[in-house]
Amino acid sequence: MSDPLDLLARVRLLAEAVVTSDPERCVQCGICSYNCPIGIDVRSHARVGAVIVDQRCISCGECIARCPRDVLWFGPVEDAAEDLP
Amino acid sequence: MRHVIVGSGAAGLAAAEAIRARDGVAEIVMVGREPHAFYSRPGLAYLLAGTVPDKQVFIRGRDEIAALRLDRRTDDARQLDLARRELHLAGGAVVPWDRLLLATGAAAIPPSFPGAELDGVVKLDDLDDVRNLIARAGGAKRAVVIGGGPTAIELAEGLRARGVEVHYLLRGARFWAHVLDPVESQQVEDALVAHGIALHHQTQVARVVGHRGKVAWVETTAGDTIKCDLVAVAIGVAPRLELARQAGLSIGRGVRVDHRFQTSAEHVYAAGDVAEVRDPDTGEGVVDSLWSTALAHGAIAGTAMTGAPAGYRRPPSLNVTRLGAITITIIGAVGQPDADDDLVTIARGDSLSWRARPTAWTLTGDDPARRVRVVVGPRHLVGALVMNDPAAARALTRLVRHRVDLSALRAALDADPPGALARLIELGAAAGAP
Ligand SMILES: Cc1cc2nc3c(=O)[nH]c(=O)nc-3n(C[C@H](O)[C@H](O)[C@H](O)COP(=O)(O)OP(=O)(O)OC[C@H]3O[C@@H](n4cnc5c(N)ncnc54)[C@H](O)[C@@H]3O)c2cc1C
Ligand code: SF4
Ligand code: SF4
Repeated sequence: MSDPLDLLARVRLLAEAVVTSDPERCVQCGICSYNCPIGIDVRSHARVGAVIVDQRCISCGECIARCPRDVLWFGPVEDAAEDLP
Repeated sequence: MRHVIVGSGAAGLAAAEAIRARDGVAEIVMVGREPHAFYSRPGLAYLLAGTVPDKQVFIRGRDEIAALRLDRRTDDARQLDLARRELHLAGGAVVPWDRLLLATGAAAIPPSFPGAELDGVVKLDDLDDVRNLIARAGGAKRAVVIGGGPTAIELAEGLRARGVEVHYLLRGARFWAHVLDPVESQQVEDALVAHGIALHHQTQVARVVGHRGKVAWVETTAGDTIKCDLVAVAIGVAPRLELARQAGLSIGRGVRVDHRFQTSAEHVYAAGDVAEVRDPDTGEGVVDSLWSTALAHGAIAGTAMTGAPAGYRRPPSLNVTRLGAITITIIGAVGQPDADDDLVTIARGDSLSWRARPTAWTLTGDDPARRVRVVVGPRHLVGALVMNDPAAARALTRLVRHRVDLSALRAALDADPPGALARLIELGAAAGAP
């Protein structure tokens, strides 16, 4: 975390990427929600293939790293805009 | 209109949600043997391993469940009367129906070795099984795991994670031989060994010997004796067909359904692991044991039950599984010529269609940590197996799903296989949404 490059990369992620999901790969195990430090219910997003536009998301990547089915990834913000209701 | 759903698994839930979304007033009765709220069956593996706590396996909030306004009955459906349109429950109740859905799933096949009835011979089918396994793992020193496919691995790894010494007996020469190629099997096996699981190839249980009704040791066909407290079995699953059979519905491997999931009887539907759908390419009846497939079945069956237009065309099967900490994506036909000695039938998280042997050309990448194997037909990518490379997995899934025409790439595929594999992945990545 203290690595400045890490920090820079995270700032870019926050600005340019959002957690995106492929619902067909998801088995609803709940590991993502359980490990989100902010308490975002990632599973319910993955269920319907919604991107996480929650302001509280700190782009830590914990949900992505822990998902056993590679359901989640950081996708471009434009995709998020398209998916908004 | 009264809808009756038998089974409270993935297909039953998806059907109930589809019905309620279209009809705010219909009565929906759900009869399920399990007393629990809706949970993730694949998630049970992580509950067993201790990755998530018990409360995490439940997949719908209180409000979502209340909004469905289900009349839930915890009971066993025993008899389906087609003429009178009634369902008879074990507890004595008789439930009339206008539309009925069989979403009874598939059950683990019981083992047939001598000693199979002993206390300590266990399976991994439902939440009660896992709670039972967790309780027993606390006092167990050693377990023998037998069977094949993902569930056997989940049993082995879950018990190992709980501090139990695990011996995994494989009948054949390698793991999941009809789906994985030899290199892939080896990688999974290496990972299991790295996790401290002892593998015994070409070994079967000759008999389980008990002491005061409890498992005491296993005698193997190789002549070994393994002292143990648990024998965990995952030799395959079979659709629960009792109700359908007794009602005289048309049955093959599963309950035969049309593209709207209606069975041979009018107003009676079947969906999920119990249903046999037609493969549009081969014309053959196929059963799957896959979570997202069960959800898709249930959603379309539920829609059809309301009378709304609905139709299903079976897509190439997709499964993502984690075996020995390797995430493996399997899409379409990737079958291997070897028979799998460890499975009696289909395994959980398995599809019969993966066993189809495509007369096609196989290409494998050479990075062992991110192995990609594709099976290319004359015009299309017919299947792909990807280890640990999510971007490649998503890209190749698109090519298989959308039957992207690859004829223009065919010459390049022959001339420069590694380059061609990279081009395939690029092409899939550019193909847009999943
Ligand atoms: C440990 C495990 C791991 C898995 N992992 C994966 C995976 O990684 N990926 C994947 O795609 N799939 C996986 N699966 C398979 C997946 O869970 C199933 O394909 C899916 O749950 C099928 O849903 P279903 O609704 O058809 O049946 P089920 O979920 O089996 O539900 C059927 C329900 O009906 C009830 N029932 C049956 N008969 C009656 C009756 N007569 N009266 C009342 N109730 C009855 C049963 O008790 C059960 O609750 C896994 C399964 C298990 C057990
Ligand atoms: S961890 Fe992955 S598979 Fe599990 S619920 Fe979350 S997104 Fe789905
Ligand atoms: S990236 Fe981090 S904060 Fe954002 S949803 Fe995932 S786990 Fe939660």
